[in-house]
Amino acid sequence: MKQFMALLCGTLFGTGLMLSGLADPAKVISFLNLSLLLTGEWDPSLMFVMSAALAVYLPIYLLVVKPRVLAKQGPVCDKQYHLPTKRTIDAPLLIGSVLFGLGWGMVGICPGPGIVNLASFEPSIFLFVFAMVLGGYMGRQINLSIPIAVNNT
Amino acid sequence: MFSSFVTASLGGLLVGLGAILLLLFNGRIAGISGILSGALWSSRESDAKGIAWQWYFLAGLLLSGLFMGGPLELLFGVTPIEMSHLEVSTPLLLISGVLVGLGCSLGSGCTSGHGICGIGRLSPRSIVATLVFISVGVLAAIVFH
Repeated sequence: MKQFMALLCGTLFGTGLMLSGLADPAKVISFLNLSLLLTGEWDPSLMFVMSAALAVYLPIYLLVVKPRVLAKQGPVCDKQYHLPTKRTIDAPLLIGSVLFGLGWGMVGICPGPGIVNLASFEPSIFLFVFAMVLGGYMGRQINLSIPIAVNNT
Repeated sequence: MFSSFVTASLGGLLVGLGAILLLLFNGRIAGISGILSGALWSSRESDAKGIAWQWYFLAGLLLSGLFMGGPLELLFGVTPIEMSHLEVSTPLLLISGVLVGLGCSLGSGCTSGHGICGIGRLSPRSIVATLVFISVGVLAAIVFH
């Protein structure tokens, strides 16, 4: 059941990414590139993706999940919720977000679309995902060697 | 333009649905960078059956990718994405990939983990992270395109 739900959620999530245009690097760039406002070619549609996703996630979290977490009830298929416990806004969070934003704005691909687009079987996306995994491994080594950066999940 | 708002909203609803169902049923955050690193090198929390749920989620993402040019194209006119039309050089593609992976790893999340699941839980860390990476993303897109 747990594995089936993970498969289903991944499929819904990926289908949403493609339908919304978030999996299309050109569309992401034409959203992020605000200089297009000057020429009237700016594409604001990606704002609707995040708004719509939050319109589903936020109320269900607040009305269903949060009360269950507080009452120490688990999710349907597990004994407990696995939520991040870290609260502080620290240097790794800020540095990581700057680096991620830089990479994302350069080419227009973030991790979800990177994986979804592997299904296009084009060499360039395999190169990107390979580099992304390499970068993730580098970050993991840094996190392990600097105690302050260790995720206490 | 109107239809792109409709498909963007519909797509967003599906993304949100996939993410919240994962939390409701499995108690997990649908952060793709976290799921990927969990699948590749999680040591502490492997599943009881020895098969990690992370691989099933990633398989779902790939499965949805295979819909490209199929049902999605017929229903909504979503055409397969041609990565070869990316107007970026290979070195830039590689640098961008490393930065994305490194950044998500240090910053403990990406657009999905912070932008949807984190903001969706009103996490201050995620709100700050999202504002930072979108701002830097805007600057980078202006500089590089």
